[in-house]
Parts: sequence; C-alpha cells; structure tokens
Amino acid sequence: MSESTADAVIIGAGIVGAACALVLSSHGVRCAVIDAGIVGGGATSAGMGHVCVIDDSEPQFALSSLSVGLWRELRDRLPRGAEFDGCGTLWIAANAAELDAAGRKAERLAARGIRAELLDGASLAQAEPRLRPGLAGGLLMPDDSVVYAPVAARWMLDQAEAAGSRVRLGGSVVSIGPSRVGLENGESISAPWIISATGVWAPQLTPGLPVRPRKGHLAISDRYPGLCRRQLVELAYITHAHGHSDESVSFNLQPRPTGQLLIGSSRQYAGHDPAVEPRVLALVLARAIDFVPALAGVHITRAWTGFRAATPDSLPIIGPHPAQPRLLLATGHEGLGLTNSLGTARLVASHMGLEPAPIDPTPFLASRFRSAIHG
Amino acid sequence: MEHRHAKVVVIGAGPAGLAAAARAGEHGCSVLVIDDNPDSGGQIWRGDHGLRARTWRARCAAAGVAFVHETAVIGESAPGTLVAGRPRGPMRVRFERLVLATGARELFLPFPGWTLPGVFGAGGLQALVKSGFDVRGMVIPVVGSGPLLPVIAAYLRGRGARVPIVAEQASAASMRGLATGLLGAPAKLIQAIRLRAALWRTPYRTGYWPVQATGEDRVREVKVSNGQRTLTIACDALACGFGLVPNIHVASTLGCHITEGRVDVSDLMRTSREGVFAAGEALGVGGVECALVEGEIAGLAAAGAEDEAADLRGRRARARAFAGALSDAFRLREELRRVVDDATVVCRCEDVRWGRVRARSCWRDAKLQTRCGMGPCQGRVCGPAMAFLRGWRVGDSRPPVYPAGAKDLAVALGSAGASAAPDERGLRERTNMEPER
Repeated sequence: MSESTADAVIIGAGIVGAACALVLSSHGVRCAVIDAGIVGGGATSAGMGHVCVIDDSEPQFALSSLSVGLWRELRDRLPRGAEFDGCGTLWIAANAAELDAAGRKAERLAARGIRAELLDGASLAQAEPRLRPGLAGGLLMPDDSVVYAPVAARWMLDQAEAAGSRVRLGGSVVSIGPSRVGLENGESISAPWIISATGVWAPQLTPGLPVRPRKGHLAISDRYPGLCRRQLVELAYITHAHGHSDESVSFNLQPRPTGQLLIGSSRQYAGHDPAVEPRVLALVLARAIDFVPALAGVHITRAWTGFRAATPDSLPIIGPHPAQPRLLLATGHEGLGLTNSLGTARLVASHMGLEPAPIDPTPFLASRFRSAIHG
Repeated sequence: MEHRHAKVVVIGAGPAGLAAAARAGEHGCSVLVIDDNPDSGGQIWRGDHGLRARTWRARCAAAGVAFVHETAVIGESAPGTLVAGRPRGPMRVRFERLVLATGARELFLPFPGWTLPGVFGAGGLQALVKSGFDVRGMVIPVVGSGPLLPVIAAYLRGRGARVPIVAEQASAASMRGLATGLLGAPAKLIQAIRLRAALWRTPYRTGYWPVQATGEDRVREVKVSNGQRTLTIACDALACGFGLVPNIHVASTLGCHITEGRVDVSDLMRTSREGVFAAGEALGVGGVECALVEGEIAGLAAAGAEDEAADLRGRRARARAFAGALSDAFRLREELRRVVDDATVVCRCEDVRWGRVRARSCWRDAKLQTRCGMGPCQGRVCGPAMAFLRGWRVGDSRPPVYPAGAKDLAVALGSAGASAAPDERGLRERTNMEPER
C-alpha cells in the first residue's frame, strides 16, 4: 500500500494537534496531520472556548499564563470566524469566604504580573447587573478571552498547509511504530517524529496512559445580546475542576459574540456514552438560573455533551512516551485544551530541539506516570 | 407542573395520529394525543371539515380520546416520561405505549432571491391564508414540485388570488408514467380529475423550475426555466415548495433508529425502541392514505390487537406503492442543484451563503466551520436542502426537540420535578453543591 514521508506526523486535528502543526510548520517542519474525523470534531467543538489563566497549581499556572499570552499575540492574525473576544473572566464569589480566597488569589496573580481586579459586591452588581443580588464580589481577569475553537483549529491547519504541511482527514490510525504510523486503509506515513494529540482517545493508541473521559454538558440559547458582558464563572468551579468527584456542576456562562449564551457546566466520570442526561442538564440550567435569574426565560436551542481528557493530577501529558522517545504525547488537557494548546505546541517544539523550553517541562512529562504505562 | 398519564400516548394529531388514537381508544385504551397546533387535523386537515376529517375526529371523540393542544414534546426526562412545552409551562406525560405521528414539513430548496420578503413556502402560505391572511387580488405563481402544488394553487384561487402559473419541475414524461400508475388507484384518479377541473384556467407547466426571484424590497418577479426557455412572471408573492421532509426529531431524540431521514418500523409499525410505534409521513412521505392506514395499524398494535393490525398490511402496501410511484414521478431534477450561486443564502438563521458551505466535507464540518444549521431552527430548513444539494447525511438532532425556556427545562427534566414542580428555593438547595476540599 501507499507509503509517504513527513518530518513529523501529528495524530489528531483538534485544537492541540492544530496548534502543534502551526508552531512546528513555522519552524520549517513538514507535518502530516491525520484525523479519523473532521477538524475539531472532538472536545474542540464540544467545549466552551474559554481561554483563561488557572492557578490551581504551579505548573498549571505556568502553562496557562504562557498560553493566554500566546493567544493574545495571535488575536490579530485569527480570522473573524474564530470570534476572538477579549471579554475577560469574572470569577464570582458567592460568599465572604470565597471573596477572601479571591483576594488572596488576586495578590498572588498580581505578584506574577497577571492583571486581576478584586470587585466588592456593589462593583460586581454594577459590572454584571443580571447576577442575583447579594453576591459577595468577584475577581475580574481582563486578559482572559473567548475563542471559537473549531474555526481557530481550521485556520491553524490552513497556515500549516501553506507552509508545506498536509492534512489528511477521515483516516483512522491503527498502529504507531517507531517512526511510522499505519492507517486503517493500509496506508502508512514515515516520519522521525510522531505526535499524539488524540485527547480522550490517547489510551487506545498508547495503552496504559492514565487519561479518562470526563463528560461535560453544555447548552446554548437563542440570541440575547447584552445579557452579560464577561465570561462568568463561579469560583467553586476551580475546586470542582481540580477535584475528582464523580459528578459536579458549576455555574459557567459565556456571552457569544452572536448574542447567544453558552451555559455550563458539568463534570462526570460516566463512561463514554455521549447521550445528554436530562437530570444533569437540568442541574446545569438550574445552577445557572440560580446565579443569573434572568436566564429562567431564555430559550435553549440545543444541548450537547463532550468528553475532556482527564488525568489523575489534572495536568496535561506533554513530552516523550517513556518507551518511545520520538513519540511525543500531547494529551490529557481536561477542560483546558483550547487555553493550553499554544503552550503545549511550544513545549512539543522544545522536545524536538526546535526552541528552548518556554517553561519547566518536567511536571508534564509522561514519566511521572511511568508505573501506569506499559512499554 | 401538570402531570398526565395514558396507556397510549400519540404525538401528532394529523391523519396518522387521529387514526392511531381512535383505533387504540376503540380497543379500550386510555389515549392522550399531544399536538402543537390549536386544533386537530395536522397540516393537511387544518380547518378541513370534509367527510374523512370529520369521521376520524368523531371516532376519537366516541372512543374517549383526550387531547392536549398547543403542546410540543421537547424531550424525555426518564424512559417513559415525556416532557412537553406549552404556553402555560411544561408538563410531563407518562406513557406505556407511544405512537409517533409527527408528520412532515416542507422542503425548501434555495435559489437566488428565495429569501426575499413575499416568497412563501407553498404549504406555509396555505396555512397563513387559512388563518386569515388576505390574498384577494394578489398575483401568486406557484412553483416547485409535488402533488400538493395544484392543490394549493386551487386553494389560493378559491381565496381570490390570481395564479398565473403552476411550474412543476418534474418532466411531462415522468408525469405520464404516473398517469398510467393512477389506474390502479381509482380514488386518486377522481381526485386528480377534480383538481384538473379546478385548475383549468391556470397553466400547469411541467419541466419548469424557479431559477431566480427578484425585487427591491420584496419579490416582484420570478424567473422559471426549462433549461432552454426562461419565462419571467411578475408577481405580488411567490409560493414555492419542493415536496415534504419527514419530521424525525422526536423519534431520534427518543433513540428510535432512523435510516435515510425516515423512522425505521416493522410491518406493525414498531420502531427499534420497545413500546414505541410510528406512523405516517415520519416513515417517509406517503400522503393521507398511507398516514391513515399506518395510524390504524400503529394504534391497533399499540393496543395489543395485533391480528387486526396485521390484516391491514395489504392496504398499507398498496398505499405505499402508490406513494412510491408519486415520489418517482416528482423526483427532483439535477438542475435544481445548480440553481444556487455563491451568494445565495442557504441558512437563513445564521445568514450563511452557499459559497462558504459548498467546500465543506460533511454536514458537521459545515456546522462547525460556517454555523450553517446552528440557529434557532436547528437545521430543519437548511439541513434537508444540504442533503439534496451535497448528498450529506444530516441526521444529528440534539435535544431539546424545540427551543424551550431554561427554567421549564430545568424543572421538567430534573429529578426535582418528579412529583411536583419545586419552587425556586427548592431548586437552589438541591443544586448547591459544596466545593470539595
């Protein structure tokens, strides 16, 4: 069967694979990007499109703040359809204890040069009048943003193609050998480097990788422009995202540039069934109405689910496979795949010796799970 | 929140739904029909007090069938419990057996100018006129395809409109094939002759299809072509329809198997899901005869009268054969795929033009990259058009079946609503999860 070559094969045309293609091709690397489906057909299109600094751990802060900066550098190059919106994040403190925590967070962030503004209850109400009265305050992160990820991924791949890479859709990878990737139809592509950006499917190609699907529900409304201005997230979201309970629901509301409202979010370890669960959808909506009572009357036009690639320590896996040094893993991003895609691509480039590591790569190495990965 | 329960629940009160409800009711089942219109009859019998419509309505009444109108099924909160939206708020309906008689909607095919004000779906315009829209003195060409075009033209003329042309895209040759086939269906033949008489002052042109509608503020002119000749017709409004598309959203939301845009059923109208039946246009467009006999079979089978249901299979086979001949005769021609140009809007909700969509690889790719089909109608209009223009499979409907209020959904879908609707406070307590430490 047909055999071709490339400098690097990237498996997965989601936002992480696309970002790798963008960065690697800017270094003159000819990539072959392969995906079983369409561009951004997995978690990329299921997610909210929130680009945000998260500081629940040192490595997460390093990667997400690097990435948020890279997104802002990219914003003027992105096509209009990528709907980059520098709307910022407004973290909501429901009570005094959360507001205290938000205050400490603001100080920590400020000390590291990240803009963060603490709002008291009155300023919060003024900033977002549709929030329910009586909330303690909030933390505004003005440099966070929102991106429509499927179009951003497609654009990144277009750039890579223009630089000599190629994108091959609709073909499943069945084998990853040293320096060679085999497709379902018998085709194979040889390359010195292989990058697996396969998100939640990573364990199928590289067995033993501790990546589990973490299901999320989202709903989108008809158009209600101006109902809110910022991405609104309750502070408890961070604890929910970082924790590993079987099920949690947090308030997360995003105004789309179209005037639609994206309403989330849930986290469940519940297998691979993508069906919308009425009970969970109801909890997500009820939670959102609790924070923004005006949502009660908005029309929901559709709801869907997606699967985040979750790891035991909530950090992505970026770097060489312990048994195959030239197979680079770029997965396990949980809910931060879009945010961290650009930083991940830079780390991947550094593992290939193309550029110095922008941040300490050690916390992301797969070898931290060595015991779980079979040769 | 209101709760209802019936042994047999029927979704849709058109001919198939009425026949199913009457038959199940006559066999002693409690029957509840849920319908989104103010009155029973569906699209085809809207405002119709003809003999058959009256007969089936009377049979339902005699069998004690209950109706809830202006109510749209939006999902299922648990297996066997439907959630429906009404102006007064949501309701839950428990069923033991369910009959899906969700009918069909019009197929719209885009052509340059089809989004101008004054361009109507043919069936939609008829429905508007039935509810009071005045067309007296208006010049309204009727263009597109299908056996309903002359029916609608005759109706519009009866209401005072002038119909300068009925342009049927199917060729005269395929229509002649149908005329031969009609001999096997005398009732249809009589109907056809009657229609011809009603139409005798209106030119019925076969082999002509719309290529452009023009006008500054609204439609003023339509061009129809047969590939060689183009006729330009001045108008005040334009009625166009290209046949019908099965409504399968409820079926697919309930997890029933769908093949090529139609609900799969056994010869006793069982879907792939236990206890759920389907009848009528949702199985593939077939007209009133099909809908009635399939409704009867579904209603009987749902009531457990399977032998009686089985006796009707022959009648159904004949009705479906006739429907098949009709659909062959009115098959959409290739040229209709080439009428669109890059500037033609194909998705009205999201204002997406053909030039952006045509290069996409599949329906999902088109949705993700161009937003085609992502607006309030959720691809109900542009999805079937893309299926025709590009040959895409467009089956991925997502809940809710219809846009519904967030609070209604939260209450009706949530476990909190199992016995009674909780107040705001109850909802809040139930969902206020403690952060994990």
